[in-house]
Order: sequence, then structure tokens, then C-alpha cells
Amino acid sequence: MNEIGLLVQRLLDETTKTSVGLFVPELVLSGTIVAMLLCRILPLLWRVPAQWIALLGAFTAFAWTLCQFDQLVGGTMQPTPIFTGLLMFDQFATFFRMFLCLFLILTITLTVLSGIPDREDGPDFYTLLIGATLGMMIMSSANHLLMVFLGVEMASVPSYAMVGFLKGRKKSSEAALKYVVYGAGAAGVMLYGISLLAGLTGTGSLPEIGHRLSMIVSQGAGISDPIVRTIVLASLMVLVGLAFKLSVFPFHFWCPDVFEGAAAEVAGFLSVASKAGAFALLVRFGLAFSGGSAAVSEIAFALGIGIGVLAAATATFGNLSAYGQTNIKRMLAYSTIAHAGYMLMAVSALMVMKYSKHGGAESTAATLSCIEGLIYYLFVYLFMNLGAFAIVALVRNQIFSEEIEDYNGLATQCPLLCFGMALCIFSLIGLPPMGGFFAKLVIFASVFKATSVHWAMWFVLGAGAINTVFGLFYYIRILKAMYLKPRPDGARKVSYDLMPVGLFVLMICLPTLGLGILPARFTETFNNVASVLLTGR
Amino acid sequence: MFTAETLTSWIIFVPTIFAFFLIFFDKKAVEPMRLWALAGTVVTMFLSLALIGQFTLGDGSIQGKVSVPWIASWNINYQLGYDGISLTLVVLSAFVFLVSMLASWGIEKHVKGYLILFLILETGVMGVFFALDFFLFYVFWEVMLLPMYFLIGVWGGPRREYAAIKFFLYTLAGGVLMLIALLMYYFGSATPEAMAITGHSGGSFDLIKLAEMAQTGKIFSPGMQVAGFILLFIGFAIKVPTFPFHTWLPDAHVEAPTPISMILAGVLLKLGGYGIIRIAFPLCPYGAQVAAYALVAIGVVSIIYGAFAALAQTDFKRMVAYSSVSHMGYVLLGIAVWKISEVTGAAEGRDYWLMGMNGAMFQMIAHGVSSPGMFFMVGVIYDRVHHRDLNQFGGLSGLMPNYSGMAAVIFFAGLGLPGLCGFIGEVFVVLSVWNYSKVLAIVSAGGVILTAGYILWALQRVYLGPEYKGPHPEAITPMTSREQAIGWLLIVPCLALGVYPNFVFNYTNDSLTKLVDTLDSGYQNTPKPNTVQTTQK
Repeated sequence: MNEIGLLVQRLLDETTKTSVGLFVPELVLSGTIVAMLLCRILPLLWRVPAQWIALLGAFTAFAWTLCQFDQLVGGTMQPTPIFTGLLMFDQFATFFRMFLCLFLILTITLTVLSGIPDREDGPDFYTLLIGATLGMMIMSSANHLLMVFLGVEMASVPSYAMVGFLKGRKKSSEAALKYVVYGAGAAGVMLYGISLLAGLTGTGSLPEIGHRLSMIVSQGAGISDPIVRTIVLASLMVLVGLAFKLSVFPFHFWCPDVFEGAAAEVAGFLSVASKAGAFALLVRFGLAFSGGSAAVSEIAFALGIGIGVLAAATATFGNLSAYGQTNIKRMLAYSTIAHAGYMLMAVSALMVMKYSKHGGAESTAATLSCIEGLIYYLFVYLFMNLGAFAIVALVRNQIFSEEIEDYNGLATQCPLLCFGMALCIFSLIGLPPMGGFFAKLVIFASVFKATSVHWAMWFVLGAGAINTVFGLFYYIRILKAMYLKPRPDGARKVSYDLMPVGLFVLMICLPTLGLGILPARFTETFNNVASVLLTGR
Repeated sequence: MFTAETLTSWIIFVPTIFAFFLIFFDKKAVEPMRLWALAGTVVTMFLSLALIGQFTLGDGSIQGKVSVPWIASWNINYQLGYDGISLTLVVLSAFVFLVSMLASWGIEKHVKGYLILFLILETGVMGVFFALDFFLFYVFWEVMLLPMYFLIGVWGGPRREYAAIKFFLYTLAGGVLMLIALLMYYFGSATPEAMAITGHSGGSFDLIKLAEMAQTGKIFSPGMQVAGFILLFIGFAIKVPTFPFHTWLPDAHVEAPTPISMILAGVLLKLGGYGIIRIAFPLCPYGAQVAAYALVAIGVVSIIYGAFAALAQTDFKRMVAYSSVSHMGYVLLGIAVWKISEVTGAAEGRDYWLMGMNGAMFQMIAHGVSSPGMFFMVGVIYDRVHHRDLNQFGGLSGLMPNYSGMAAVIFFAGLGLPGLCGFIGEVFVVLSVWNYSKVLAIVSAGGVILTAGYILWALQRVYLGPEYKGPHPEAITPMTSREQAIGWLLIVPCLALGVYPNFVFNYTNDSLTKLVDTLDSGYQNTPKPNTVQTTQK
């Protein structure tokens, strides 16, 4: 009895003294949700607009994570597992939490400017938005198989509802339904994989998995060994769940329909935030195999090659399918698929180099640049993709269309929006001096480095290079419509007021240029993040 | 303030600064905007003349070197410098931009956008010529793409969209190949042997250091040099353009507005030749030597093919465009006549090779003056009668005597008449080919006859004959004073270079001598794969 009391005491101490303190940003967001719903119930507070509460909450959470990140990098705070090891509090997680909060702020600002949830629906919409962000923050700090699943589901369920938020639009409801059905299927498969892994290893803690696996895998066991087969199957099933979130080929079918059906603001949110969370989780899952024996490393190595092939297929498929699209949101959906492919290349290079037999000091430095590249890419991607979707949303409010041909000649009427779009598109293509170029270069460099480990990475690198050219074909169509075509007679006049909208567009589009011209500071920070994640230093 | 070290940066960024201030001009103030942009090009011209003053004659090495860390973790520097090779091309570019700006008075559509893009293009070009860091070079190289796409796509002729995207795609594809080579050299220079040269750990983008490494022959393996050369050569050959990669050129040149055609022919094509001299050859001497025969053959084919294609054209501008393909063939030919002695591996008849190199450089400068001249002359008549059909001209010498006289001088310069600039380059190159291969020398000399054929035939059809029978005969008016000024500006260097070629050779000879030395020793130092086999026997 006394022992149980002691355990409870220790649990309480750990929770109240360290964990909760480090979990404040998430709690602030939860509090924001409660506050918004409260305002809805109490007639006195009906007047308070939900978006300002949401914005305030997001700002507070962002500031808090920023302080945490600053202290972690400065060394005044140490990385530590929290909530008895369910979550991990380290540079990597905190960077992604900060990233997501920043993105939340920008998305809320965008919805305020474009006015997609009306006054009546505001609290509901922001509740869903913040709820999904919370789930993604948990995904990025998950340190336990249980939290992996919880995080994915917490992020997914509000997303389903957000996609169907444009009530009364047939396409929107259809998209939401499609998303739910696919999502539920993927989650089921993932859960099965998680239970297999947990059953095999007897633990759910991610850092333990590699060690536990090496106890059950005998040396030199091949794919014919039933245990190895089960491990591979379980990992593949978990990867299916993540691949669904990342819209990786062949689990991408939901993506174009959902993006077309959902409002551009929601599509922008899903394309960036949901990917960021899923990539953080994928990296954590990929690193879970470390510390194991040679046989376990071999399994992880094979998985890495497999991910590389998937990455190449995803990038190629996304780019080729985008070419035929006439709806800009659908085209951007395929573009996000292609970009998921590029980012997946970094994960593949990471696993291939991390688990190769000839690892050494040099390969540690190389694996660092994989994660650095991934984070840099995501960071640029935040601005360039949100920028593109934001401009789609703002233009939609004026011309009531999302067809590319209705963009003809826009440049003469709203030069600022078109300039912003041009910046985003050039960055998405990956042309210097845009940030998208540098991000792509870092990823290509790590894949190039991985070619010395396995020849299949040449194939991945080649696919990446060719896809850069493929991408040009369809991205340029948007610019062609905007700049090269004349505005047809009788087309809806587009006007916008310079101050809030123009400022916002510049605020999200100019960083794509800045990140390409002055990447030094960011690469160093991201390298530090990667180094703590991989080596603990 | 204006030392050699700072002048380079000024020359690069002065056009951008002028472009930036253009934003604040009123949309209707067309004339002040043009004058302002003209001032930008004039200032750049003066700065590049000042750079000549700073140049130390007789020193073939890099002068005025600036190196500032840019992205330190990747060893990327903002590194500029110049030698005789880049200096002559910089002055040429500044001149061509100035003249083209004068020729831009006819542009009436979206003048502000045109001028901004025009000036940004100049920044990109100057940056490429000064950059001595591979990464920086690549950034400037691609920066040129964006303004060029719009300049052709918005202000071009009827098939402008097709031409613009074709130009973009070809160059981007070449750029991606270059990017892979860039990564190859970055990681190839991360070896301990390379550290002795770079003085820091990790790879290097420093073009001077990379060339030194290639010269030692121990750091880059022969296989890598061959692979690297193929990638780099294709990247640059697209820009030159040489025979199999030239198909973008006729479309781009024909559809672009006159001033942009002048820049394309006068400057952008030179970037390809410059890239081969500055990067492809010094970084992979072994690969270049292995490919030498193929390069010479490609050069000869370009000359003959371009000339025959020019003969077949009925469109005046298209004929001039194909003449560029033909003339640029001499450049490649002159660079590549690298004959080695089978016994020692040293260059045989090195002075001939140096002569070829000098001829290639001179040909670039001469073509950089004469071909903008030809495009301008086509533009003058096109502005009046709005067609370019060679068979519908005739009798212009009677209607526009002044214009016809100027055009005759320019076209004779393109033809290679002794005393004018086109002659020296062709003669130097053809003489040097004699040492390399007598058959190819005879064939390439045959190109001169074909050139005379298409130019004389065109002159006959356009300017001679009894009377003009084509459309808009009423529009044929004498040249305006602005057009005459441009004409004289172009004729003077044609004559000056033809009479006193040392204007170019004084600057290029020392740098090229040094280049030939490094290439020669680089090839000799590289262990040859087949000699290793013979020693094993």
C-alpha cells in the first residue's frame, strides 16, 4: 500500500513539477477552446468575436514555445521526456510546436481577412482549427506508440469536420466523407501495426524499441524469419498511417478531392500543418530503430530504401498528375503530393545513412544535414504553400472562381497579389534565389551523400532532379494565366484594399525570398535541432 | 569607395537599385522611367569602364577578389573577382544592355514592368560573370531565367508563350544537370587531400580552389571528371547553344521583342561559352580532354548546320537567329582544339590551342557586337512594315539609304569581312583547328563560305532590287536620330575591333595562357585509367 502511495506521489511530482510546466502552450490552446465555447454559451459574451480569442490564444502559445525553444538552444533548459516518457520535450519537438503555433496565427489571420467562417460559425471553426493543431503538436512530441496514435487521431478528426465546413456545398460534404473513410481505414491499419509492435517488444516507448527488437531478432535472420517478417509488417502498417497523412503515393487519393472540396484556407492549413506533424512523427518513428543490433539496423535500412522509392514515385506522380488540372486548388493538391515526395527523400536518406553498416563520424554529420534539410524545407514550405493558398482564397473572394483560366490577366488588376503568387510559385519550383531552392539543395545534397551507401539512392536523386523540371510545366501555367494572358472583357473586376490584405500577402510571401538569400542563421539553428535529436548534444 | 573589390558588387547591384526606385514612378510617367532605366545602364557602363582602369595588364590571375562568408555551415561564400576573360565579357554586357535600353523606346506596353525586369536581368548577367563561388554562380545563373521568361512571354511576338516556356524549360533542365555536378564537386572536395587546399573541413564551392584541386589531378577521379564534364557541358551547351540543344534559340530570338533579342544574342549566349571556359574545363580537365574530339565535332556541326538552316529561312529574324548558332559554333571549336601527344600526355601545339582559345574569346566579343546589331537592323524595318518575310522586301537602299548603309556594315561584320570584327575570331579559330584536325579545319572554313552565302543573299533580297513591293510601303521612313545613334554605337566597335583586335587580346591572352597551363598540367597529373592497366601487365 505504501509502495503504491509512493508511486502515486512520484507520478504527481513528475507531472506537476516538470511536465505541466513544459506543456503550457498546449494547455493555453485548450484553454482558448474552452473560452471560445464559453463565450458562445453565455449570452453576455456573445459580442466577443471568436477570432480575437483564438488569435490571442495562438499568440500566447507561440510566444511561450518561442521562449522554450530559445532556452533549449541557449542551454538553460535541457531536453527531457515528460509525462513519464509519453511525450518528449526537446529542440525538435519544440521547434515543431513553435512552427505549428506560428502557422496557426497566420491561418487565423487569413481567415479573418477572407472571412470564411461567418460570425455564427466562428467559434466552431476555430475550435476545430485549434483542436487539430493541438493534435499535431502532440504528434511532433510523441515519444510513445500510444501518443503516436492519439496524436494522429486528434489531428485527423477535427480536420474531417473542417473539410466539410462549407455546409450546403455538395463537393465539400463529399470531400469530407471521402476523407473520413480513408482516414478511418488508414488509422485502423496503423493501430494494428502499433499493437503488433507493442506486442512484439512489450513496450510502447519509442526510444526503447530498437533495443527491445534486437533482443528478439536473432543475428543474421533474413526475411524468411517469422519475427523479422512481423516486424516489417508492423512497421509498414504504421508507415501506411503516416503515408496517408502525408498523402504519399499510393495513399494520396483523398488529397485532390479534399483540397478541391474544402475551402482554400482549410486546404492550406492541411497541406502544411498536417504534413509538418506527420513528418516529425515519421522522423521519430524512423529513429526508433536506433540502438538496435545489426539485424534490426538492416530492417530499418531496407525500410529506408523503400521510403526512398516511395518518395521518388510520389514526387513523379504528383507532378505528372498536376499537369492536367484546370482547378487551381486541385493543382496545388497534386503539388503538395509532389512536395511530400521531396521531403520524404530526406527521411529516406536519413534512414539509409543512419542504418548503413559503414556508419561513422562522417555519416553522423551527413544524417544531420538530412534533418536540417527536412526542417528547412518545411519552414520554407510553410510560407510558400500558405502564400499560394492564401492568394487563392483572397482572389476567390473577388472573382468567385478557382479555375486557372479565370485568373487570366489578373496581374493588371491586382499586381501585389500576383507578385506574391509569383514569389510562391518560383519558390515551389525551386529556383534561386528563393528559399525553395536552398531547401531543395540541402535535401538533394543529403540524398547525393546517401548514394555512396546504396545505389538505389541514385534513382531517388535522379527522380528529384527530373521532377524539378516537370514541376515547371504546371506551375508556370498559373503565372502564364496571370501575366501573359489579357484580362477578358466583361470579367469580374478585382480590387483589394492595400493595407491589411496587401500587408498580409507580403508578410507571408517575402520570407520565401528572404529564406533563400539569408539562410545562414536558420541552417545553423536547424543543424543544432538535428544534432540534439540524433546525438543528444 | 570604388576600388576593384567594391566595383564588382556595384556593377552587379546598381541595376537592381535602379530597378527598385522604378517602383515609385508614376505609371503614366513613361518617359522619365525610360530615362531613369537608361541612366542605370549608363552608370553600369561607366562602372565597368572604371573596372578596366583597375585591371593590371599582364596578370592572368584573378584580380579584385572579394570573399565574404554567406552560408558558413556550407562553406558558401559571396565570392567575386575577375580576370581578363570575365572583364571583357562584362564590358561587352554593359555595352549591349546600354544599347538595348536605347532600343527599348519602342516598348509601349507595361513599361514599368518591362524596365524593372530588364534591369534585374542585367544584375543576373553581371553576377554570373563575376561569381567565383559555384553556388553563387548557380544562383545568378537561374536569376536570369525569371525576367527572361516574362520579357519574352509578355512583350514578345505572336508565339511568345510557346517560345518563353521553351526557353525556360531548356535552361532549367540544363541548370538541374549543373546542380548535380555542383553537388558532385562539393562532396568530392570534402576529402582530406582537398583540405590541404581549401584549409577548412567539408566540401567547397570555391571555383578557384576547385580548379586547383583539379589541377593536382589526385582529388577528382577520372570517372568523376568525365561524368562532371558531361553534366556541366550539357548545361552550358544549352545556353551557347550548340547543335543538338539549339532548338529553343530560333523560337526565343524570333518571338522576343527587338531589344531582348539583342540581349539574348549579345549576352546570354556568351554565358554558355563563359561557363565552359570558367567551370567545365578547369574543373574537369581530364573529362574535357577525353571529350575534346566530340566537342570539336559538335562545334563544326553547329557551324555548318546553323549556316545551312540560315540559308533556308524566309523570316529575316529567324535567319539572324540561326546565324548565331553557326557563329557560336566557332566558340566551342576554338576552346576545344586540345590535342595531346600520345607519349607524354602533354598538349601538342599548345600555342595553337591558346590561339584557338583567344579566337573563341574574340569571337564571343565580336558576335556580341555584330549579332545585336543584326537584330537591331531587323527590328528597325520590322517596326515600320510589320513583317519579316525576306521575299517581300527589296529596294530598301533607295528608300532608306542611311539605314541600308549601316545595316550593310553590320551584316558584313557578321559575315567576317576582313577589317571588321567577325573576321579575326573566325580566322584564329580555323587556323588553330588546322593543328588539331585538317579535315575539320577545311569543313569549318567551308562554313565561312556558307555564311557569306546567306548574308549576301539576305542583303540582296532586302536592300537591293528595284523597288519595295511588300505591305505598308507608306510606312517606310528614314531612321530616327535615336535609331541612328544606336546604329553608330554598334558600328564603331565593329570597326575598332576589326582594325585593332588587341583591344580584346591584351586582356584575354594572359588569363587564357594561365588557363591553358592549368588544364595541361591538370590532365597530365590525372592518373589515366588505361595506363594503369598497361602497367599492371
